[in-house]
Amino acid sequence: MTQVVTVDGLPSFRAAARDLAARGVRPEDLIFRDAAAAQAFLPGLDGSAPAAPHAAGTSRAPDAPRAPDAPRAPDAPRVPRRFLDMAEHVACHRDPARWAHLYRVLYRLLHGEPRLLDDPADPDIRRLAQLDQQVRKDMHRMQAFVRFTRVETPDGERYLAWHRPDHRIAARVAPFFADRFGSMRWSILTPDEGVHWDGDTLRFGPGAPRAEHDVPADAELLDLWRAYYAAMFDPARVNLRKMRADMPLRYHATLPELRNVHDLVRDSSQRTQIMIAKHAAPAPTASDALPAQRTLPALRKAAASCRGCDLYRCATQVVFGEGPEDAQVMLVGEQPGDHEDLEGRPFVGPAGKLLDDALAAVGLDRGTLYVTNAVKHFKFERRGTRRLHARPTQPEIRACSTWLRAEVDVLHPRMILCLGASAAQSFQGPSFRLTASRGEVFDDTPWAPWWMATYHPSALLRMPDKDARAAATEAFHADLRKLAQDLGRR
Amino acid sequence: MDLRAKLTILADAAKYDASCSSSGSRRKGDRNGLGNSEGIGICHSYTPDGRCVSLLKILFTNHCIYDCQYCINRVSSDTPRARFVPSEVVALTLDFYRRNYIEGLFLSSGVIRSADYTMEQMAEVARSLREDHGFRGYIHLKAVPGASPELIERAGLHADRLSANLELPTQPDLDRLAPDKQIVTVEQTMRHIHARREQAEEERRGSQRAPTFVPAGQTTQLIVGATASPDAAYLAAADRLYKNHGLRRVYYSAYSPIPRPDARLPAKSPPLWREHRLYQADWLMRHYGFSASELTTPDAPDLPLDHDPKLAWALRHRALFPLDLNTAAREALLRVPGLGVHSVDRILAARRVRPLRVDDLARLGASVRKVRPFVTALGPNPEAHTLDRVDLQARLVPARQLDLFAAPTPRVVTPDPAASRLLVPVPDALPGALPTAGPALGRLT
Repeated sequence: MTQVVTVDGLPSFRAAARDLAARGVRPEDLIFRDAAAAQAFLPGLDGSAPAAPHAAGTSRAPDAPRAPDAPRAPDAPRVPRRFLDMAEHVACHRDPARWAHLYRVLYRLLHGEPRLLDDPADPDIRRLAQLDQQVRKDMHRMQAFVRFTRVETPDGERYLAWHRPDHRIAARVAPFFADRFGSMRWSILTPDEGVHWDGDTLRFGPGAPRAEHDVPADAELLDLWRAYYAAMFDPARVNLRKMRADMPLRYHATLPELRNVHDLVRDSSQRTQIMIAKHAAPAPTASDALPAQRTLPALRKAAASCRGCDLYRCATQVVFGEGPEDAQVMLVGEQPGDHEDLEGRPFVGPAGKLLDDALAAVGLDRGTLYVTNAVKHFKFERRGTRRLHARPTQPEIRACSTWLRAEVDVLHPRMILCLGASAAQSFQGPSFRLTASRGEVFDDTPWAPWWMATYHPSALLRMPDKDARAAATEAFHADLRKLAQDLGRR
Repeated sequence: MDLRAKLTILADAAKYDASCSSSGSRRKGDRNGLGNSEGIGICHSYTPDGRCVSLLKILFTNHCIYDCQYCINRVSSDTPRARFVPSEVVALTLDFYRRNYIEGLFLSSGVIRSADYTMEQMAEVARSLREDHGFRGYIHLKAVPGASPELIERAGLHADRLSANLELPTQPDLDRLAPDKQIVTVEQTMRHIHARREQAEEERRGSQRAPTFVPAGQTTQLIVGATASPDAAYLAAADRLYKNHGLRRVYYSAYSPIPRPDARLPAKSPPLWREHRLYQADWLMRHYGFSASELTTPDAPDLPLDHDPKLAWALRHRALFPLDLNTAAREALLRVPGLGVHSVDRILAARRVRPLRVDDLARLGASVRKVRPFVTALGPNPEAHTLDRVDLQARLVPARQLDLFAAPTPRVVTPDPAASRLLVPVPDALPGALPTAGPALGRLT
């Protein structure tokens, strides 16, 4: 005997199904008829619907939209919580057979198969899971693809959106928007229903069949958003199939950023080709000249052929570091000067003299130290017959740091003292500030257990202000004293 | 320069950072503020390269004192430069958020003046959003390696996620392309964030009112294909970062030819397949119980491009198969090619109800063709005899011309990102910003 049951929402289905299942009415004897299919169904307006998902008018948000359960008989059949969660989603599906699917699973759960939900390979469970997933995916997409437009109204600003979901989910998704945009006043219209938030309460009303195009648009913000979207995209990685899989074409009309997407794609392969074509032949780097054998004599010899920057073109020769291979202290200057360039040895000019005197004053013998420079070629500007020191640029310091690192790797110094900002930056990068960190001991650096930066002797020689020079010279001597003391202690 | 021009430059400059996830943080809405975070991020749009647009991903500035050769913003690049002021970033974030364009902000920056100065600017944006505007959406800030602990502290109290980018897997790689960058400095910053996070979690176990610190964890990015390092080096680096610093994700970014590139770099299309295989291998390490050393061999330090790393492992270890679907342990099933975490969990649930047959696999969401040679079940499975065939690999890997530069479509080991994003309520267990969703290369900092 076949029985027809008219259902117009989850609560009415629950009431009917509970009763039918308790009486043992078999699924094949039932036909579920969807009330929404029979009449234009406007939730919230149709006061006569006894158990519409959100009966007439208003419900307090954001903990909407589940209607209170009908009173439950003490011997009412128990079903797993998971089934009820699924049913909440499946009820929103547009498939007219959804009530029949739900009832069939309910019947089987209550009649000998209480663990049915644990068998995902069962065809009924699989179908129900599909419906459940489709609705959840649709809800997620509504959260993602609703786009608000800001409009000015006589009583303040409002945010309006129109969205076409696949299923009847607007009421279920509304609390999400109420929580997220609680301080705004907004309305989301869908073909089935409209949801409105006034800052306090969710209201449900009639929907609109399509977006209204005459809403005065939020032109400035839309323009910024489109600019952002176009800039975000990497022309080397176009993958339209992936894009359409995640954002199906039916949503594109209401997504403002997609309006110029065809132009973006059309130009992309051309843009990538231009990028690739711009590529020049590889430029030489300092590491190209590094020798296989890492000893100081081998490095010194190999450095002569370095083309890592252009300084080799004008300098007389490479001025490599010098000192014993077992030196415990490494001194690093900026670059060779005029004298050093001609002689081929570091710190032999006026600055070298000042350094030697200062070292002697704190009891250090220059012959026991390894002395080198961050940049190994002399950089200068010609003034008539004179060659004036010019400061090396960051790329030059960086190129030459390959050699400095190689020297450190061979020597394993226990202490490194950098003379001047260029030397220090060669280790610590261009953000290093000598004024901020002069005289500070850095422990356990990747280069040495003890690392410090102080003034370059040439800087002391060049300081025009007498008092400043005296103070700096005093600091320089103090730093060297610190070096000597810590060396003695280790 | 007007705002639109700045936005164009600074969004363009930021697009090479792969991360787009907005997952892992929960924050209820507030009637006086704006926004919330629901634990699982939302992709609000997709660009024509298939990548998700979830956050307003911009640089604070693309001026930079460093000279990393893979980066479009390096000091020696002649790219146009721009710089926001904090209030502009704040206003853009709020305006986009109110229209439901985005989940929040991902702010990164070139390094100007110093690591600390740069970090301070970014921390100020986050502070203003949270404190001045009650913003409760998602905030991801770049942690500038070497920034002082005080500034990391300020940033971390407001941000959901911090990320310090390693960019290249070994120090010699960095020495060659990013000479100002030291692995020890980057890892020092990661170590600090990790320790501070653990402290915050400990405090919150005592009191729910204790402040959070980077609740969505930290991530990093590695650029793939800019140097000669093999995949083994990438997996070893990732393994170290996961274990030592509790990273949530390592992003792999195929090196993309950038405008005005440095001549030291390879000029070709980005190695998207390689990036895809690395993501699969990374997934195997985090969710399938594989260790980094199992995924490559000393003789073949690179992952195969034409089949996934799990199949490659199984072909090297055929003696461990076939497995009985009805008795094998979860850990063992996870190692069967073609079975994902979801299928395995469904198998475990279903076999408690009744014994499974090979035919059931399709209904459990597994790739039957691929699984069949490696399992037995109730009833006959003729394919189990193919396990020892020399041509097993050829039988399983479709004989098609593999276009190594075409974008891969995600299949097999890694589940479809969009679908599983909806189904797994575990933050960051989702391939949210996964392979093809994952973008191109690297940035500074």
